[in-house]
Amino acid sequence: MATTSITVAETPVVLYALRRGDDALVLGHRLSEWTGYAPMLEEDMALANIGLDLIGQARSLYTYAGEREGAGHDEDKLAYLRDERQYRNLLLVEQPNGDFAHTIVRQLFYSAFADPYWRAMMRSADATLAAIAAKSEKESAYHLRHASEWLIRLGDGTDESHRRAQDAVDALWSYTGELFETDDAERTLIAEGVAVDPATLRATWDPTIDRVLHEATLARPDSAWMQRGGRAGRHSEHLGHLLAELQHLQRTYPGATW
Amino acid sequence: MAEANIPLWEVFIRSRNGLAHRHCGSLHAADAEMALQAARDIYTRRGEGLSIWVVPSAAIVASDPADKGMLFEPTADKIYRHPTFYEVPEEVGHM
Repeated sequence: MATTSITVAETPVVLYALRRGDDALVLGHRLSEWTGYAPMLEEDMALANIGLDLIGQARSLYTYAGEREGAGHDEDKLAYLRDERQYRNLLLVEQPNGDFAHTIVRQLFYSAFADPYWRAMMRSADATLAAIAAKSEKESAYHLRHASEWLIRLGDGTDESHRRAQDAVDALWSYTGELFETDDAERTLIAEGVAVDPATLRATWDPTIDRVLHEATLARPDSAWMQRGGRAGRHSEHLGHLLAELQHLQRTYPGATW
Repeated sequence: MAEANIPLWEVFIRSRNGLAHRHCGSLHAADAEMALQAARDIYTRRGEGLSIWVVPSAAIVASDPADKGMLFEPTADKIYRHPTFYEVPEEVGHM
């Protein structure tokens, strides 16, 4: 790697914007990996569209994080020049695409959270975050519908699609606990009305997931053991590979444009 | 792709209020709801639409190209059906 990584002064609001931006960038990148490979042309376009929505959200959040940090880190620096341990995304979003069922289940678990999350964030005391939320909410509402309708058809489809859908639900379930986590930095922002307490969104996430799984004739796993660590930079083995691909051009040819 | 399970749909988009839905293409989808979603994802990416119709392609009844002569040629010499023989008073302006 030819370019030195940056270090970000993670005040609570900077860290908060980075965490949400990293979720969006990493998941958007994962979806972009389907381009040219999706099971059908229509879905190739749909996944790329959703990926672009998410990357757009990441850009806004990184730009804001950079402004609030005030150290001259723009969206590109934050995306391309932080190492794996500096990424603050959920473990869920970095999980590999797997088969189509894994991608759809990962999308459902995330979107069922993101949709009520952005709706609640529209009332944030931070005007920029509230504006980002207003734009993101419409996008995530569609992402949720898209993933729900697909999972219902996969679960309630053929024997093979049902089996693969249930395998995906079981495999990704332990990554859902992290959606609702908070730490001290985030609690400060919640107290100030800048952030939403994610624990309050369980009351929306649970019934959404239950309804979709029920319609899809899939079983909700009863395991309560949950993975954690992404928010603090402790990632699964998959993120490093993703970042290698995402960052190699800017690391090898610093500041390259085209 | 199994055509039997994933049939073809025709997509119609209305771009503005007051205009008609116009045919813009086709796509494959398992059912009506998925066809609407796919139409949104494929045909409205650049702000083309305010409303989408999807219709199973199998539901469209088409004229037979072999009937072209019988159906369409008799109109060719009936130029009096075009509204070009009327003097429009100037006060009317653009119609």
